[in-house]
Amino acid sequence: MEITWTVDGELFVLAVEPRVTVLDALREYLGVNSVKKGCDHGQCGACTALVDGRRVLTCLSLAVQCDGAEITTAAGLGERPVARAFVEHDGFQCGYCTPGQVCSAVGMLDEAARGWPSHVTEDVAADVDGLSDDEIRERMSGNLCRCGAYVNIVAAIREVAERASRAGEGAR
Amino acid sequence: MNPFDYEQATDVAHAVGAVTRNPGAVFLAGGTNLVDHLKLGVSDPELLVDVSRLPLDEVRELPDGVRVGAAVRNSDLAAHPLIRRRFPVLAQALLAGASGQLRNLATTGGNLMQRTRCPYFQDVTTPCNKRRPGAGCSAIGGHHRDAAILGTSQHCVATHPSDMAVAMAALDGVVRVQGDGGERGIPVAEFHRLPGDEPQRDTVLRHGELITAVDLPGTASRSVYRKVRERASYAFALVSVAAVVEVEDGVVREARIALGGVAHKPWRATQAEDALRGAVVGEQVFRDAAEAELAAAAPLAGNAFKVPMARNTLVAALRQLTGGQR
Ligand SMILES: Cc1cc2nc3c(=O)[nH]c(=O)nc-3n(C[C@H](O)[C@H](O)[C@H](O)COP(=O)(O)OP(=O)(O)OC[C@H]3O[C@@H](n4cnc5c(N)ncnc54)[C@H](O)[C@@H]3O)c2cc1C
Ligand code: SF4
Ligand code: FES
Ligand code: FES
Repeated sequence: MEITWTVDGELFVLAVEPRVTVLDALREYLGVNSVKKGCDHGQCGACTALVDGRRVLTCLSLAVQCDGAEITTAAGLGERPVARAFVEHDGFQCGYCTPGQVCSAVGMLDEAARGWPSHVTEDVAADVDGLSDDEIRERMSGNLCRCGAYVNIVAAIREVAERASRAGEGAR
Repeated sequence: MNPFDYEQATDVAHAVGAVTRNPGAVFLAGGTNLVDHLKLGVSDPELLVDVSRLPLDEVRELPDGVRVGAAVRNSDLAAHPLIRRRFPVLAQALLAGASGQLRNLATTGGNLMQRTRCPYFQDVTTPCNKRRPGAGCSAIGGHHRDAAILGTSQHCVATHPSDMAVAMAALDGVVRVQGDGGERGIPVAEFHRLPGDEPQRDTVLRHGELITAVDLPGTASRSVYRKVRERASYAFALVSVAAVVEVEDGVVREARIALGGVAHKPWRATQAEDALRGAVVGEQVFRDAAEAELAAAAPLAGNAFKVPMARNTLVAALRQLTGGQR
């Protein structure tokens, strides 16, 4: 089947059979290696990308389901505050989980900006206002890091969230 | 993964027809369970009929309740103002499940239809009656820490993994399904089956019937979901409790309770509900209600801990909902 994607701003037309995942199509067919394959079963978050603006797992999405999609990988976020904050706060060690962490952080900050609650939000009926470290940890809990870079990742995300709330807008 | 065909459903009738006609066809929604099973070889369909883009993605107010479309994403449902205000137990249950990335893909219909996380069911090299009827159950004599304690049979002791469905069972939700011959409504609490001697059948749905929505009646602002698991986040429930309680002058007027992680289906705790209705709020009443429900529990050696865990979680949920009410 023929599908069309915009990946990190670049337009691609590709032929895939139905069993190819978004992850495999990106890596194997398009050579986009900024999405990582970890578990390949939805359990680690390494393959996280933004599809039409939402963070999703590319290892459990079929490419044919996403015809026409706009896909952003960590490579397309290199100049964004989140990616810079990861570097400044040393939020990675081997770096394997990092592309997924960065995409997830961008998606999560956007969800919070829209007022979405999380599992640790005290009152789900109230709007979310600012992100505590607990909120950041819960919202990032779908991304596992073998190296344990979590402390610095939380610091990086906290800084971006605080800067955004000080600016009173989405500075993501 | 074996090859299969893929078809985008153009409307509900097309989706129902395409799967009804082909015994080897299945619906595909978010893919978070099905694609995993295709990779593991647990599922081997001929055709996937994609229903994720059908116009079933609305949360809409009914004269007395809310209708949740089958294609509504778990994340959108949890964030929806109507749900957060009227059914906090449901928002909490959704937010207690999976991860942000998964909830952005997972749908209402797919979540109800997700299959057990029993490790032997997912490992095609081991015997499992649910995967291959008559093969035997590896869990009963093996690893069954996560297994059911209520409603089990000698053929299967698996639990249903959904958090969302537990909340919907307590809310008296009704699953709306469309088949070849028309539409029908099935209470969430009767949607999933106990294993009996046919553990391969998870639900009462017939092949080709499509879930189109779940209707949630009324409002349940005094409600809560509590989930106990191995780690604080991103794990399935060992035990969970969804409770809706109304108290008037220190007396329980109405209680609706469902338990998760303890049975092959969201377990509606009618014994506990009966014990609570009309009783004066208090610790002993809560314990007695929980004991009444769990009297029928028949755990295995490796999951006997779930009986006191379920009791304590239920008592804690009731305490939380009635706190400061005496
Ligand atoms: C690592 C991990 C952790 C998870 N943790 C949790 C958790 O803690 N709690 C929890 O509840 N869930 C958890 N999940 C499961 C997740 O919630 C489900 O996979 C998801 O809800 C399934 O929805 P889907 O739309 O992706 O379904 P799909 O994978 O697309 O489909 C699942 C099944 O539903 C059928 N189906 C889909 N839509 C319909 C319809 N409209 N009518 C009839 N049949 C239909 C499909 O044919 C298929 O058999 C977890 C999953 C993963 C991978
Ligand atoms: S408990 Fe059920 S799903 Fe698990 S191995 Fe036994 S038959 Fe299979
Ligand atoms: S590779 Fe997708 S979640 Fe691990
Ligand atoms: S930095 Fe190595 S896996 Fe996270």
